[in-house]
Amino acid sequence: MMSWPALYTQLVGANRHSTSLGKIWLSVLFIFRVMVLMVAAESVWGDEQADFTCNTLQPGCENVCYDQFFPVSHIRLWCLQLLFVSTPTLLIAMHVAYRNHRDKKRLLQASRRAAFLSSKSQLEQEEELESLKKRKLPIAGSFWWTYAFSILCRLLFEGGFMYVLYVLYDGFRMPRLVRCDQWPCPNLVDCFVSRPTEKTVFTVFMATASSLCMVLNMAELTYLIAKSIQNTLWRESTEIEQ
Amino acid sequence: MTLKPPAEPEVEPKMNWASFYTVISGVNRHSTGIGRIWLSVLFIFRILVLVVAAETVWGDEKSGFTCNTQQPGCESVCYDHFFPISHIRLWALQLILVSTPALLVAMHVAHRRHIDKRICKLSGKTSPKDLELIKTQKMKITGALWWTYVISLAFRILFEVTFMYLFYMIYPGYKMIRLVKCDSYPCPNTVDCFVSRPTEKTVFTVFMLAVSGLCILLNIAEVVFLVAKAYTKHLSKTGDATIGDWLRHKL
Repeated sequence: MMSWPALYTQLVGANRHSTSLGKIWLSVLFIFRVMVLMVAAESVWGDEQADFTCNTLQPGCENVCYDQFFPVSHIRLWCLQLLFVSTPTLLIAMHVAYRNHRDKKRLLQASRRAAFLSSKSQLEQEEELESLKKRKLPIAGSFWWTYAFSILCRLLFEGGFMYVLYVLYDGFRMPRLVRCDQWPCPNLVDCFVSRPTEKTVFTVFMATASSLCMVLNMAELTYLIAKSIQNTLWRESTEIEQ
Repeated sequence: MTLKPPAEPEVEPKMNWASFYTVISGVNRHSTGIGRIWLSVLFIFRILVLVVAAETVWGDEKSGFTCNTQQPGCESVCYDHFFPISHIRLWALQLILVSTPALLVAMHVAHRRHIDKRICKLSGKTSPKDLELIKTQKMKITGALWWTYVISLAFRILFEVTFMYLFYMIYPGYKMIRLVKCDSYPCPNTVDCFVSRPTEKTVFTVFMLAVSGLCILLNIAEVVFLVAKAYTKHLSKTGDATIGDWLRHKL
């Protein structure tokens, strides 16, 4: 069954080709966001609808008021955010798989030709294939573009979801009391949210972790661009020398 | 009475602490003996106790919190006033934050291995056997790694103490009170509210506090051990008898 640990295994596989900042980003994502979400935040929001009480006996009023003030729960928004933010890394994994497949084909063709000319043993061929699988791809050429695009997507998703949360809930604070007069509520009723302070603490915590991840992504993008400019300048200077 | 959805199976949270354990225990190989004891204490007496015992004690903390009033919303508000953040969540955050500095050490070790591999390749030893040896050898805690290790220990102690202080600030005295008196809106007057399982909660709070104190002592002992080991190594190498000279050499 698909679950967070399964996603973690997928992402760690692509992690090998990341920069150090990318590896730090993955650890921050899984320890400070996914783990905290699973072991702490979910139990805080667990009784959000059951314990949402309105000062009325009118049936249906609580349901309607809860739906008006909490269109999408924080937990669901965070789950979606984490899924969307993790997905661009799969682009990297796909590119690596494509490259490996292409290089393997080339290697097999070359070795078949070489086997006619020299006696290259089966063992050597297998060793070469294994080293092909285990090597770390340098971040250059089309792989650089895929990597940079994936970081850009991550940034967009993080920013987008944080903005949606901020707009839906008017800030990161959970109010203790909301006033509601949707039909079938008979008049303006007081409705009380369960555990508002604890929810505010966790919302601020998750927003901070999200900002930290955005900072790491921006730093990684800057590093990639700087490295690429440096490489281009170095190559030009060696060409000029020649 | 509203129908509550059936409780989620406990597999998911345990799976996450278990995957957390695999990540953190990987650092174990590069720890000192005291560090390994600390890790075992952390996992057996804190994380395991939290998951199998404490979470059930605090499980009904909100549903079992009863106020002597029929005013809707009064219980919710009073609960929020007296329990801004639950003990369980504070402990979970404390355990996550306290375990994370160990990852600094893991990152440093990985970085050192990467450099060793590069040196090996440059010197011509590229056989898979040599590379495997680099992967599996235990790193000696010297040089920059010593500093990373000591800094990670300092952060651990800092986080532990900070959370103990936070606990004391939010819940003075570490004791769980049986009765709280509350008069926040919409409670009509000062109502009596009763906390569920106060004695059991006090027992577990004191237990977790004692184990936290033990962990702090283990971390301090580890720092002292590392400093003493480095100093004796320096003494045997150079014969300098003054601590001043050793500090100057280290810094």
